[in-house]
Amino acid sequence: MKGMTEIVKTVSKLLAGLIFFYGMYIVVFGHLTPGGGFAGGVIISGAFILLIVANGIDDEKISRGKEKAGFLESSGIFLFWIISTIGLCMGTYFLLNFLGKGKPLNIFSAGTIPLCNIAIGAEVSAALCSIVIAFILVKKGDNK
Amino acid sequence: MFTLLILLMILMIIGAIVAIQSKDLLSAAISMGIVGFGLTLVFLVLQAPDLAIVQIVVETLTLIILIAAILKTTMEESKVKKSAVVIYSGIGTVILLAILLFILGDTFNELPGFGCPDLRMSQDYIEQGLEKTGAANLVASVILDFRAYDTLGEATVLFTAVMGILAVLRRKGRKE
Repeated sequence: MKGMTEIVKTVSKLLAGLIFFYGMYIVVFGHLTPGGGFAGGVIISGAFILLIVANGIDDEKISRGKEKAGFLESSGIFLFWIISTIGLCMGTYFLLNFLGKGKPLNIFSAGTIPLCNIAIGAEVSAALCSIVIAFILVKKGDNK
Repeated sequence: MFTLLILLMILMIIGAIVAIQSKDLLSAAISMGIVGFGLTLVFLVLQAPDLAIVQIVVETLTLIILIAAILKTTMEESKVKKSAVVIYSGIGTVILLAILLFILGDTFNELPGFGCPDLRMSQDYIEQGLEKTGAANLVASVILDFRAYDTLGEATVLFTAVMGILAVLRRKGRKE
């Protein structure tokens, strides 16, 4: 996939880091401020999609990126399922909030909610990235 | 607030009608954007910032994908001939809708008013959410503690959907 002009490349490289960290903030502070795993994950994947669309990407890199995105996506959903099953293993019920509640309005509070947010964020960001990568790859295959 | 809401909804309806009627596909996609961003403003007016964040990001992403697809393929809408079947089915739909609205008219009066639901469960969530889960964001405490089953199912559905897309769009093993 070919990139765009030099101006777009420079601006997208400057902005992508900011967008990525904004998404991380939305995910990690999901239990304190508006946002959460889904919103932050979509923002993080937006940073990667911006870089891919603006700068272009070659065949080798994109297939490596596809493998990494698949791994991150699977580990995200796996982490969520593990967190939800731990309560069952402790002899109580499914999806138990087994960690301490902590002080309200603290970053380490609300038990398993931040962990679940991080797992969902990893899964959603990798899922959207791999959808876009799959579309780019299939277009290349048809042009041959 | 209520008049602002109604104005936004009228704008969204106009955008949807333009999206259906316009012959140019690019302007149709941008009119769809009016609907999505109007929905973001509606969420903000109704004080739901969580939904507004998700809506604005997803809307931008889908709009970019739609515009990219339109620029790559075709700008013109495929022409459909207006045959007699279309007209008859349109008339039939209007008559059926009129009958349905006439029958349901009494039911609409019995519905609870805007913003005052009959369910009392949500009041308990609002009052005891912070002390039961420790999360300051009530929406997070609902979707990841009280109603965590839904979120687990949603994440699994997204995972399955991506697996399906990757299986359909694969390059290996496809016969030319």
